[in-house]
Amino acid sequence: MRTLTLFKLDTLYREPMVIRGFEFGDHGGRRACAIVGSTRGNEVQQQYICAQLVRRLSKLEGEGRVAPRKRVLVVPCVNPFSMNVGSRFWPQDKSDINRKFPGDARGGTTERVAAGLFDAVKRYSIGIQLCSFYMPGDFEPNVRITRVGPVTDESLEMAADFGLPYVVEKRPGPFDTTMLNYNWQVWDTNAFSVYSRATDQVDQASADVVEDAILRFLAANRVLDVPVGPAAPSRRIDEGDLVDVRTTKAAGFLAGRVRASEHVEEGQVLAEVLDALDTHVREQLVAPVSGTVFFARVDPLVQQETICFRIVPDGR
Amino acid sequence: MRQDVFTAELPVGERLVIQKNRIRGYHRRGPRVSVVTGIHGDELEGQYVAYELARQLEARLENLHGIVDIYPAINPLGINSVQRRMPDFDIDLDRTFPGSEEGNLAEALAAAVVEDIKGSDVCVDVHSSGIFMREMPQVRLNVEFAKTLLPIAPLLNVNFVWLRETTTEGKSSLAYALNEAGTPCLVVESGVGLRVTEDYGSRLTEGILRLLAYYHGWEGGYVSALPPHVARDEDVSVVYSEVAGVFLPRAQHASVVEAGALIGIVVDPTTGKVETEVHAPTSGLLFTLREYPVVAPGSLLARILRGVSR
Repeated sequence: MRTLTLFKLDTLYREPMVIRGFEFGDHGGRRACAIVGSTRGNEVQQQYICAQLVRRLSKLEGEGRVAPRKRVLVVPCVNPFSMNVGSRFWPQDKSDINRKFPGDARGGTTERVAAGLFDAVKRYSIGIQLCSFYMPGDFEPNVRITRVGPVTDESLEMAADFGLPYVVEKRPGPFDTTMLNYNWQVWDTNAFSVYSRATDQVDQASADVVEDAILRFLAANRVLDVPVGPAAPSRRIDEGDLVDVRTTKAAGFLAGRVRASEHVEEGQVLAEVLDALDTHVREQLVAPVSGTVFFARVDPLVQQETICFRIVPDGR
Repeated sequence: MRQDVFTAELPVGERLVIQKNRIRGYHRRGPRVSVVTGIHGDELEGQYVAYELARQLEARLENLHGIVDIYPAINPLGINSVQRRMPDFDIDLDRTFPGSEEGNLAEALAAAVVEDIKGSDVCVDVHSSGIFMREMPQVRLNVEFAKTLLPIAPLLNVNFVWLRETTTEGKSSLAYALNEAGTPCLVVESGVGLRVTEDYGSRLTEGILRLLAYYHGWEGGYVSALPPHVARDEDVSVVYSEVAGVFLPRAQHASVVEAGALIGIVVDPTTGKVETEVHAPTSGLLFTLREYPVVAPGSLLARILRGVSR
């Protein structure tokens, strides 16, 4: 394992911010896979998974299990500055590094951070980013790929090798063009955004699932030489297939009745919105279709007009 | 007359309420002009414009034809809690448009605002700079809408009109959503965050009356400023800091500078040393100057409009 300094930024009254990378395998070998952890200050689970991977890969490298003439780069934390002060976005101007790709080495501060990372990870054949969603909640672990071009079709086929329950295809909106996943693909990298169950806390069981999935994927793609069983079947869905369940009438306490990964029947009560002062039921959130809970909001308080569940309808 | 544009319950005994003030002239026939501000909670220059415009119109309704809708606060929670973004969701509202009725609170709010403003003859979206930079009054418009907007932008009494290539982020703004829906929308930037510059606000208010008169909605007179410069991205020179420290300006904001002139210095308060001197890369109008002193590599320090000598 080699520890690399990928980017360094001086600021006033803090030690320089350093993006560290950990390289495994043959230093001069083909850039086989780059794995990126947290870009936001609350992506604790994403960083934890990457940090665990550093430890696992270090052990596997010692056993000679990284494929010859290949190298793997792991970047557990792109944004230690935000992580260290508990700020989700860039501490000074609240900009989001994962909206700044491909970055600009001569541009604004967070564009420079993005460029520093992208320069280090852009020429890899495979790119894996541990991502979080903008809504607070639990997820079915899944692999998401934003549609960019022919490389996307290839990636959608490869994504089954993770063995995670879902492979989600996303149609790009304006913002997606500024994200790492999209820009990797512009550079012909097979890019995968992996979503774990949690974000701002460590969920060990889910971390282990995702870590194993990444190792399985690397083995299936001949980056690692480790024995793995066949991948569990993944279901490929389009993000547009997901059915949202929202609060439309009321706000208050959100009393969830189901969790992510559970199967629900059409008409089943998924949650109740309780009055915040006397707990009487203000609104019931009911499953409009039978299916599997893909996302479940976990915040105890909820506003009106808020997506609380996303359901994958039962197979067509 | 106050009207609710959008309401949604918050968890504990409160509603989020977006309101507008609909001001009807004595003359029913006339345009509908919308003035919107407060999308970013730290941009308060528009608060003065909203106040001053409402005050002037209400005092002289006999000169008003049609309707002026003033939306003083699209992000009331942000303004109330001194935050640029929408609190709790931590979302930049001006990156949420056109929104969606079926989305989350911010998206539903955005969709309701677009729906309410759509159909106006023209809309003015009053921003100010954030807390970091001080700006001269300017209209920023996307080149793809220039054909419609360039003829009317000079009416707002700004120093210059900046035709910008549409950025990815810009495609999610209120102005982009309205322009795309066929409602011309001009974005004004001026001043600095968390402050009111009355001089700029008064100029802009007169400019809005001038725009209103152009649409045959106002007979009460207005003050006209000199025609603005029209700039494209390639006419603007951007200066970033290359070091960390405290920036001290050495040139006057809104002045014309010569190439090589000292714009400011970046100092290290611990050692008492000047880390670097910042010089103008080109001659022109210093229309943007850093206001918030703490800088790092990549912090925006200044923008200069090339080719301006007055």
